[in-house]
Amino acid sequence: MSAPLLNVRDLHAWYGESHVLHGVNLTVAEGEMICILGRNGMGKTTTLRSIMGILRKRSGRIEFAGRDMTAVALHQTARAGLGFVPEERGIFASLSVEENLMLPPKVAEGGMSVEEIYDLFPNLKERRNSQGTKLSGGEQQMLAMARILRTGARCLLLDEPTEGLAPVIIQAIGEVLQKLKGRGMTVVLVEQNFRFAAKVADRFYLMDHGRMTAEFPVAELPAQMDMLHRELGV
Amino acid sequence: MTMIFGVPVQALMGQLLVGLINGSFYALLSLGLAVIFGLLRVINFAHGAQYMLGAFAALLLLTVGGINYWLALLLAPVIVGVFAALVEKTMLSRLYKLDPLYGLLFTFGLALAIEGTFRYFFGASGKPYAPPAQLTGAVNLGFMFLPIYRGWVVVASLAVCIAVWLLIEKTKLGAYLRAATENPTLVQAFGVNVPLLLTLTYALGAGLAGFAGVLAAPVYQVSPLMGSNLIIIVFAVVVVGGMGSILGAIVTGYMLGVVEGLTKVFYPEASNIVIFVIMAIVLILRPAGLFGKDA
Ligand SMILES: Nc1ncnc2c1ncn2[C@@H]1O[C@H](COP(=O)(O)OP(=O)(O)O)[C@@H](O)[C@H]1O
Ligand SMILES: [Mg+2]
Repeated sequence: MSAPLLNVRDLHAWYGESHVLHGVNLTVAEGEMICILGRNGMGKTTTLRSIMGILRKRSGRIEFAGRDMTAVALHQTARAGLGFVPEERGIFASLSVEENLMLPPKVAEGGMSVEEIYDLFPNLKERRNSQGTKLSGGEQQMLAMARILRTGARCLLLDEPTEGLAPVIIQAIGEVLQKLKGRGMTVVLVEQNFRFAAKVADRFYLMDHGRMTAEFPVAELPAQMDMLHRELGV
Repeated sequence: MTMIFGVPVQALMGQLLVGLINGSFYALLSLGLAVIFGLLRVINFAHGAQYMLGAFAALLLLTVGGINYWLALLLAPVIVGVFAALVEKTMLSRLYKLDPLYGLLFTFGLALAIEGTFRYFFGASGKPYAPPAQLTGAVNLGFMFLPIYRGWVVVASLAVCIAVWLLIEKTKLGAYLRAATENPTLVQAFGVNVPLLLTLTYALGAGLAGFAGVLAAPVYQVSPLMGSNLIIIVFAVVVVGGMGSILGAIVTGYMLGVVEGLTKVFYPEASNIVIFVIMAIVLILRPAGLFGKDA
């Protein structure tokens, strides 16, 4: 197997004095979609924020496309090809839907064109002149994903995209993820809803108190069900 | 003589014009303050000093370099902006992670240092700056004589305010600025060089103050303390308009200038404090300011 696109080794991270990640190890191959499962407060969001460089108080190795990312300035991380869709979605109230969509600078060729994005998310086209935060929760999630797809990012860090959304919208997001996979996009998906994740992810990590405590491919999911029910308390 | 509300039209129009001119400076200065505060969360106490720097830059460009008013109108704001960018890059930017009070104290100290330096070299007295030949004289509007330069001040400031508003509301750079005002970290994570955006924004705000300073040079005299007298009123304007609201800063600037002018006609005794009275009322009734977003 070739070198992974994203390789995280012994990642520690802190909020001030509070030590939250305790040696996270994670690899993602090019074109792979992995899913990080775990209860609330276990460090999933912190893992993504540390990889992205938003959380700067961290140690360990973060290699992306063969490059050490720990020394890279935050505004250069996206240019390396990492795209971030935050848990709180981060839609800007002072920008229209279209301005939100066009905000992230292009980082590489091969991103979706605006037409393709509007084909994929017709609602966004219809409401492109509305204020960004006037969209429904589901539409805001679509917009948060759509604006990264435009940039040509190679690897998407996607934090709980289905949180708080209705089943039809969750299904639509699942279809979008399938399409991205078809395009060869690499995705790190954080989810609590593993029934949803099972439809798209190739491999799973289970996160517990700042560490990865289990790792298995999707084929082993049925065998891991009891353990997941126990660990996730669902 | 024609009278309105028992006041001669000429006096009324005269004060209205004075109000509009003062309002032009209030608008330009509070616009710069609002732009800076919105993104940097810094209350820029050096704003008055930057206004003064603009006026002095024009004066020195003329007396030392022989550079005329029109060129100075372009060059002086650029000089002030570049100076501000250097200050931001080397000093102010180190304070962002600390309590916002540090930024306020730093810019306050900076204002004292700049004004002290200029007082040392140029003395406290004002120096005249002649308006350009094209803008001297007055036109008869029928009901009053309008000094051409004063009309120009109103037009130029309005044009610049509108241009800045368009820049912020209608351009890509403005979208970065608005987004970064809401969530700078996320905008930076998208690949936008937010530290550079902060530097440019501080330079833009200071450049606006410098532009106001050049406009002011022929109206008032050029003196090291010209800014510190004005800036107190401008802070009151910003409080009335609402911190960080771009349109609010512009509209409130002109509005309060006019209100102040009219007060001079109808109740001269109150004209020096009317803006502060309005500020107090606004603070009681609508603490976020007339155009501010309620928290
Ligand atoms: N901004 C913050 N400051 C301090 N502690 C935080 C902050 N954000 C998260 N934490 C703490 O870090 C831990 C991991 O949080 P997080 O990564 O958000 O978990 P998850 O995404 O798995 O729900 C939690 O204990 C949480 O309380
Ligand atoms: Mg989370």
